[in-house]
Amino acid sequence: MNVTLYIWRQKNAHAKGKMEKYEARDLSPNMSFLEMLDVVNEDLITQGVEPIHFDHDCREGICGACSLVINGRPHGKQHATTTCELRMRHFKDGDTIYVEPFRAKAFPIVKDLTVDRGAMDRIMQAGGFVSVNTGGMPDANAIPISKKDSDTAMDAAACIGCGACVAACPNASAMLFVAAKVSHLAYLPQGKVEAKKRVQAIVSQMDKEGFGNCTNHLECEAACPKEISVKFIAKMNREYMRSSVVSK
Amino acid sequence: MSAVQVDTMSVHQPQAVYKTSIGKKIIMAITGITFVGFITGHMLGNLQIFLGQDRLNAYAEALQGLGALLWFIRAFLLAFIALHIIFAIILYFENRSSRPIRNVRVHNIESSLASRTKIFSGLLIFFFVTYHLLHFTLIVTNPEYAALKDSLGRHDVYSMMILGFQNYIISGVYILAILSLSFHLSHSVFSLFQTLGLNNAAWVPRLRMISNIFAVLIFIGYVSIPVGILFNLAKLPEGGLL
Repeated sequence: MNVTLYIWRQKNAHAKGKMEKYEARDLSPNMSFLEMLDVVNEDLITQGVEPIHFDHDCREGICGACSLVINGRPHGKQHATTTCELRMRHFKDGDTIYVEPFRAKAFPIVKDLTVDRGAMDRIMQAGGFVSVNTGGMPDANAIPISKKDSDTAMDAAACIGCGACVAACPNASAMLFVAAKVSHLAYLPQGKVEAKKRVQAIVSQMDKEGFGNCTNHLECEAACPKEISVKFIAKMNREYMRSSVVSK
Repeated sequence: MSAVQVDTMSVHQPQAVYKTSIGKKIIMAITGITFVGFITGHMLGNLQIFLGQDRLNAYAEALQGLGALLWFIRAFLLAFIALHIIFAIILYFENRSSRPIRNVRVHNIESSLASRTKIFSGLLIFFFVTYHLLHFTLIVTNPEYAALKDSLGRHDVYSMMILGFQNYIISGVYILAILSLSFHLSHSVFSLFQTLGLNNAAWVPRLRMISNIFAVLIFIGYVSIPVGILFNLAKLPEGGLL
């Protein structure tokens, strides 16, 4: 199959970028979207053109490294699927495909489709962890956790931190990501200890990074490759309100 | 268990609530829930126009009889309107600047035109409310209303409304304003529950449905007043104005 691509090319963080047209020929429908870009890049390299830069790592949908806004949707139109797991058979022969970076002020472009998602790492450093000071591994089942809480925490923990929620949000807000981290830990006894401090620290870091404010459009949930629910945003709002009232 | 808990999460001074993104949302939600209450009460109160002149004028006089409490409620509502507008503007500009360069292709799935244009529907509502207060509350635009009295000597709110809405331009502007209010509300009710954390996975679709139904009911309720007057379902008292 053949497709026409319009891809965002930008030399570096400071350069002005633009959409450029590429033709991808003789593709297999079983290729992943990233493999298709690999083919295009091979072709560009033989022509002596700078290949298209994009983020990727595991290529099996679990690491959160791949990104790309494909035809206006982060990770493309396939529901609950990362770009690396998106197959060319989800497109039609002769399709025109727009490929753009995950855009937000908090995600500065490094080159072409590669953006710096370090803001999310700094949010994790601010509070996306449980402080364990010392000691060996605790005995299994020493801390009882209900099935319901453990399932809910696990649903939130499914977040791979790819940033699709930010890219999808009309306000470039990181609320779904941050809410997943806050909720994941707030449902578990190990995380409850620092829950109040965590939500304050993490929200403050989120604001500092220049993400937008959540206005409940729900685009994030629709774009999330791990189907993180906006119920976690409601949970984080509760956690935040409790911490603001109780800490004073 | 360990005796000493060493803190590895950085010692953190909580930010003032109104400065954080969640705090700003909460201010929008709390002021918003007050308006939802006011809009509902105001509609139910004024629908009494269809119960006749005596009923509506008695209601209006009862409200005026609240005296200091009425002014307290008015001041409270005005302060909340100011807060809602100030924070809406702050949020609008912050949210615009959080993505300086936009994508060529944007495909929205869950958001609605109403949810993305609330700043504009809100502005229209603000202009209308200003006119509405000058028209019916402060009686600046049509000073002749001030002299209207009913047979019991009460301010004749009933005739004032009928005279007002018999004007096609006033009714037209009013209906358009209610349209933008309903548009605004179709996302508001869901949004305020979500912001206040009163939501879970099962209630997301339900609250969105409730939000839409509420917007439609408000539209029907308010628009029925000018439409009812234009179709003569509520008419000026027999024997003319006093």
